[in-house]
Amino acid sequence: MERISIDPITRLEGHGKIDIFLDNEGNVANSYFQIPELRGFERFCVGRQVEEIPILTNRICGVCPEAHHMAGAKAVDAVYHVDPPRTAKMLRELLYSAFFVADHTTHFYALAGPDFIIGPDAPIAERNILGVIHKVGLEIGGKVIQARKYGHNVIEMIGGRKIHPCTSIPGGLTKGITEEQRREIEQMGRWAVEFAQFSLKIFDDIVLKNSTYLDLVLGDIYTHHTYYIGLVDENNKVNFYDGKVSVVDPEGSRLGKYGPNEYTDWIAEHVEPWTYLKFPYLKKVGWKGFVDGKDSGVYIATPLSRLNASDGMATPLAQEEYEKFFKTLGGKPVHQRLATHWARLIELLYAAERWVELATDPEITSNNYRTIPTEKPTEGIGIVEAPRGTLTHHYWTDEKGISTQVNLIVGTTNNYAAIQMSTNKAARSLIKDGKVSEGILNMVEMAFRAYDPCFGCATHSLPGNMPLEVTIRDINGNPIEVLNQNL
Amino acid sequence: MTSNGKPKFAMYWAASCGGCEISVLNIHEKILDVDANFDVVFWPVAMDAKYKDVEAMEDGSILLTLFNGAIRNEENEHIAKLLRKKSQILVAFGSCANEGCMPALANLSPIDEIVKTAFSTISTDNPNHIQPQTSYQAPEGELKIPKLFPIVRTLDQVVDVDYYMPGCPPESHQIAAVIDLVIQVLQGKAELPPKGSVIGAGPSTVCDECTRKRGLKTIHEFKRIQHVQIDPEICLLEQGILCSGPATRSGCKALCPSANSPCIGCYGPAEGVLDYGARLLTAVASVIDSNDPNEIQHIIEGIPDPVGMFYRFNLAGSLLRASKPAWDTK
Amino acid sequence: MSEQFEPIIIGFTCNWCSYRAADMAGTARIKYAPNVRLIRLMCSGRLDPTFILKAFADGADGVLVSGCHPGDCHYVEQNYKTMRRFYLLRKLLTQMGIEPERIKLLWASAAEGQIFADEITKFTEEVRRLGPLNWNPEQGIPKESQPANPMEVSA
Ligand code: SF4
Ligand code: SF4
Ligand code: SF4
Ligand code: FES
Repeated sequence: MERISIDPITRLEGHGKIDIFLDNEGNVANSYFQIPELRGFERFCVGRQVEEIPILTNRICGVCPEAHHMAGAKAVDAVYHVDPPRTAKMLRELLYSAFFVADHTTHFYALAGPDFIIGPDAPIAERNILGVIHKVGLEIGGKVIQARKYGHNVIEMIGGRKIHPCTSIPGGLTKGITEEQRREIEQMGRWAVEFAQFSLKIFDDIVLKNSTYLDLVLGDIYTHHTYYIGLVDENNKVNFYDGKVSVVDPEGSRLGKYGPNEYTDWIAEHVEPWTYLKFPYLKKVGWKGFVDGKDSGVYIATPLSRLNASDGMATPLAQEEYEKFFKTLGGKPVHQRLATHWARLIELLYAAERWVELATDPEITSNNYRTIPTEKPTEGIGIVEAPRGTLTHHYWTDEKGISTQVNLIVGTTNNYAAIQMSTNKAARSLIKDGKVSEGILNMVEMAFRAYDPCFGCATHSLPGNMPLEVTIRDINGNPIEVLNQNL
Repeated sequence: MTSNGKPKFAMYWAASCGGCEISVLNIHEKILDVDANFDVVFWPVAMDAKYKDVEAMEDGSILLTLFNGAIRNEENEHIAKLLRKKSQILVAFGSCANEGCMPALANLSPIDEIVKTAFSTISTDNPNHIQPQTSYQAPEGELKIPKLFPIVRTLDQVVDVDYYMPGCPPESHQIAAVIDLVIQVLQGKAELPPKGSVIGAGPSTVCDECTRKRGLKTIHEFKRIQHVQIDPEICLLEQGILCSGPATRSGCKALCPSANSPCIGCYGPAEGVLDYGARLLTAVASVIDSNDPNEIQHIIEGIPDPVGMFYRFNLAGSLLRASKPAWDTK
Repeated sequence: MSEQFEPIIIGFTCNWCSYRAADMAGTARIKYAPNVRLIRLMCSGRLDPTFILKAFADGADGVLVSGCHPGDCHYVEQNYKTMRRFYLLRKLLTQMGIEPERIKLLWASAAEGQIFADEITKFTEEVRRLGPLNWNPEQGIPKESQPANPMEVSA
């Protein structure tokens, strides 16, 4: 059997490797998406002062440290049985909305954008953010840079630092914001709303109006019928910071909603011996292997799944786009993974609108941004929606607030089983009779890039890394060829 | 030099979180200067060149490589050695590459315990106690994943390093300054600092950049931040909150203390400090206001996790490097 | 074990009291265990915890810190600082897997040669009982992955 390896997979955050085995006819027999690293946060966060963990777990992922900081902050609030004041929660959510704007922008333009904007089979040298800027022009490039800059400015104003924020503590924040800062934040937010609308327009022009791309989006290659989960507010609208996790089945019916304290009833993680990453699945449905359909507990947690799992968006402009999305793609749920890129832009718009909403709340500049805990620390769980999936932090402490046990179910990990399935399916559909091309390999990569996987995150379990290789093996598993993008 | 005449640039992450890369992207417009002055030949987060492309390059053909992330497994080590060979200037970029950073707190536990913990958490469904195998025989063939080393190492514990750039991550204004410098060097307008220098940081301590008021105040109790009504003007250490400013290299403009949050030490040891934790411990011990051995020991109980607090970023780069149970496999 | 393990102990003394105690023990031919290599500082307050870490990292099995009795330091308050650092460091070392008995704080006046000698002998026995420390973090790292001399590696 021949084997193809893609190593490292590129334009994602973290490390990964795909091995594809071909049978005698040169068709794909199977493929494995391996994660080569593990960092061990669950072990070395034990024995620490619990208020340190939201700072330690920042270093799980420098792409979404804000998500870890927030999930951690909510977990330590719970550990100390303290409910932060409304202003504290709003400030955290404001930081978090600005972060979503920056992060979704990075993903769309720098990571996934090249495939669409430059084209999946363009020369390697151009398939990157600089290529995108060359193609769309400096003016748009400038806007992309601006969006990221504004997002990070807000993160720094509230979180103390642009990357790895440090201000959330049990009971709230170490600081608030001034009226002057608020005004600046509001202005940047209004700009971000326009930028999000502009990005949706680009998507419309470049992808939706291009029938080749649209066929690619709607085609079977990138489709899987799985469960979908996502955090929703009390009205079942998408929320990133707080609420319950809604779970819908492949037909779109809601299986239920769970709060942080119930997560172990809903989610379990399957282990395979060939990778350092675990495969979460819905416990109520069960692990049936890497298959889709209603009987398989495989689910995803991505922008696409959040749209599928909710009843709408809590802000007006995003709601309009939400409706258009399902109308164009033939109703709920949407199973085509490439539609995730569109869903991400709708979330970008929601995050920008929410940013403005929060920045204009009269209580946002209040000095009441923390509650000093008085109770003995015990155990607590925090859940937020990270850009790449539902993020769960669970800490236990002794009575001095020293952690005794830590459990983390991290954004990208949620999607690992589905990513394995998607890359497998893309490989099967695109590699026939032993013929592979560099563009085809990139299309395999597009299958996982839709999930915006972040294996920095996922490999929280030891420090390590994740780029990608495709090895082609013969029937005996001997490598015939190791491919990179220069085939 | 490449065909387009520009010197080659590479950036790589080993055991890292990716924050260093994001910090580079956060130099915003300056990234265009990088594009204008360099031929970016390898940068997995942003572009599609693969390991094989690097292997095919001539030795020493990359002018500048920014290497972030620590050395946790065989693959990290392999790429570190590969990039060393291909690069003229190798920079240990960020705390992970310089001193191990927080993930090096893993050096407090034996590796099998770390793996076991990850695969036996409360939500893990693993009745047969399966653990990842570095070589696994799947029905279609053998699958390999890199072996984890028993301890996390810094980049210069594995290969020779030309410059050290601290920070978790290095602040973007510092990155921009370093890029400017390199461009000036290319244009013959400046010279590189001596090999082995720390670049992109200041010469003194975070305390020196911090605007909080310091008295000669000493304390009777160490406090946890969640229990303190933080005074926005007074030195945090004098309020009983452990702050790493006294031992930490300047360069960030005391970002965290300005946000009412203690410095946690991400810029690593200040100039001339051999062991970061020892220096910080000395500073912290000196604010204890007691001469009575029993009282001193009582006050010290307020620091329940000294290694975690004094070596948060620096354990792999410290004199002891790892706890005995972590390295003593006998 | 047929051969008795001889621990390596590094002892830091101050110039004024404790070094003189050691000196007196020597001139008075008081017998004490020969395992301790003494390093004289002007004052125990000069003792940087780095020295102790370095001693352990470079192969010491035990470290002795000695100075004048509290209140008698020639630089007034310095030995109180030593005391504060000592307790904090001992706690830290315990977390690193180094038994607290491997590090000892001993106050001795210039007249206490006998006490000094007895304490050193006691301490040596204690460390002998604990066995060798042999600090070696790279122990489990395959030879080919260790640079011959970390200062000279260049891939
Ligand atoms: S130094 Fe900090 S930001 Fe850089 S990779 Fe390490 S943890 Fe991430
Ligand atoms: S100890 Fe911390 S708060 Fe105090 S001056 Fe130094 S950096 Fe500032
Ligand atoms: S204050 Fe300390 S922890 Fe914060 S950025 Fe500066 S060096 Fe890093
Ligand atoms: S002079 Fe002896 S301890 Fe200070």
